[in-house]
Amino acid sequence: MGRRRVVTLALVLALAAGALAAIGLGAAGAVPTRSDAAHHPTRILSLSPTATEMLFAIGAGRQVVAVDSFSDYPSRAPRTSLSGDSPNPEAIAGYRPDLVLLPDNTVSDQLHELGIANLVLPPASTLADTYHQLLQIGAATGHTAAARTLNASIQSQLASIAAQVPRRRVRPTVYWELDDTFFSADSSSFIGQLLKQAGLNNIADKASGASSGYPQLSAEYVVQANPAVIFLADTLCCGQSVSTVAARPGFSHVAAVVHHHVIPLNDDLASRWGPRVVQLFQAIVNATKQL
Amino acid sequence: MAAVQPVRLRPAWLLAGVGAVLVAIVLGLTVGPAAIRPGPALETLLSHVPLLGIHSSLSEAQQAIVTQLRLPRVILGLLVGAMLAMAGASYQGVFRNPLADPYLLGAAAGAGLAVTIVIVATATGLGGNNPLVPLAAFLGALGAVALTYILGRSAGGRSPATLLLAGVAIAAFLTAIQTYLQQQHLATIREVYSWILGRLTTAGWDQVLLVLPYFVVTTVVLVAHRRVLDVLAVGEEEAGTLGVSVARTRTIIVATASLATAAAVAVSGLIGFVGIIVPHAIRLVAGASYRVILPLSILFGGAFLALADLAARTVTAPAEIPIGVVTAFVGAPFFVVVLRTTMGRR
Repeated sequence: MGRRRVVTLALVLALAAGALAAIGLGAAGAVPTRSDAAHHPTRILSLSPTATEMLFAIGAGRQVVAVDSFSDYPSRAPRTSLSGDSPNPEAIAGYRPDLVLLPDNTVSDQLHELGIANLVLPPASTLADTYHQLLQIGAATGHTAAARTLNASIQSQLASIAAQVPRRRVRPTVYWELDDTFFSADSSSFIGQLLKQAGLNNIADKASGASSGYPQLSAEYVVQANPAVIFLADTLCCGQSVSTVAARPGFSHVAAVVHHHVIPLNDDLASRWGPRVVQLFQAIVNATKQL
Repeated sequence: MAAVQPVRLRPAWLLAGVGAVLVAIVLGLTVGPAAIRPGPALETLLSHVPLLGIHSSLSEAQQAIVTQLRLPRVILGLLVGAMLAMAGASYQGVFRNPLADPYLLGAAAGAGLAVTIVIVATATGLGGNNPLVPLAAFLGALGAVALTYILGRSAGGRSPATLLLAGVAIAAFLTAIQTYLQQQHLATIREVYSWILGRLTTAGWDQVLLVLPYFVVTTVVLVAHRRVLDVLAVGEEEAGTLGVSVARTRTIIVATASLATAAAVAVSGLIGFVGIIVPHAIRLVAGASYRVILPLSILFGGAFLALADLAARTVTAPAEIPIGVVTAFVGAPFFVVVLRTTMGRR
């Protein structure tokens, strides 16, 4: 959810202002105030589903006391009703955390004033951001070695999946759907880079100039672009499926619909930039390597 | 007391209005992100007219773009724009208030709350596409106007001002609940917002057929009341002495305009600006009689929204711009020009 919701908020801003919205740039990850190498935090609180996944993946799970309401993976994470979107410093302080992982810096200063160390981990724009954030979390929690190992493992798994991508003269076209009003992700976005590495030609790139990585396309453009494959990252938010896409006006002629290459994805998996990016990339490549 | 000039609708204006609608249809069908030349696009449309013997030279997919995507979107734009402008004009007449717009009595807030409830409820379990959204918007809009009406009456005032204030209170109250719900369910915020900002992006024949009966009925009723609106414009007491049952007439007009608003909102979300600017622009250039304003609002309101949508889908093509941004961005400067030129003349 995390990335998706941050993207959502940014899109809402972009829509409302009719202007560009910076996606999670700007705030470079803040350094924990009391990064005492000898004294590792034992009461970690995560308000970002991706950060939660990262914590558990590097073996810091036992130090976690609470996670936000959208942190549904792994299932053993101690979910609470805490909100990552409208975080409440008082509610956070109530858990007496010694490290808080935040998706943005709205309450960062307030937590500092309460003497609570925190780390801001904005949505990744590239895989490099993912690796960097894993190292940041590793350093802050005393799991640097595990973070390095995990990074190496993610890198090698992604490379071996990328090796399955066939060499093609013409790259198949892809449409990545974020919601049922044709919001998509171009090649400058995190998702777009995965699609590129899967050897696909993103139809949203022609709309790049007008957006900050997440342009809104139109039905007419999608039908005209005739994508060979459609990924639905809006199965949970917006109830989209293979059959709802096929039933849309004009879509019955689209190659992806005709040849059954409409691929439903779990919105959450498709919108987080944590260690499960390997699964996401595998799903993308599996669905497209026969094209 | 404002003097009412019994201005007749000049045929030239009527022709201009029809012309604007035709221009909107032709441009809407022939321009778009998909590179389809105008000739074959119109040919495709005519190929559906029996007995002409015209065959489209386009591929099936391109034909689908013209007939399944562009045409319903243009027509929906025409209908929604017409209904909003007509409703705005009627409210302005009934309340003798130049700031009146179709959302004056809480229709927007009511629809927004109902749609948010539906989106939140379906996102948290029911799943599936949301056929309930148009229904919720429709009922929400009508429900809010009904609440406003009941509150206005219970407050006892017989003046339209009481009703307007009741509308403000109801809108604020419903918006508060809507905002609370939205903040509690942030996962669905984009769906809610994309609805609130208004859209024709997902327009299809379904929506056109859904809204058409309401368009026909409300247009007939409101146009039939154009002379009464002129009489009401003189003032309520004067209208009473002229034999108009003021309270009853006002109820009929408000109810019909609200029905038009609710139907428009149901299929396109909340599109601002059309309902307030179009009637005013017409009043300034073509005459202050509702015999002029109502029919021309229908024609020019429809053409304006269809053309605004054309801009929304082509200016940054293949990316889209929210329709509400276009209506305000284009409409506001245009209105200032109209205001300056007509005021300067006087």
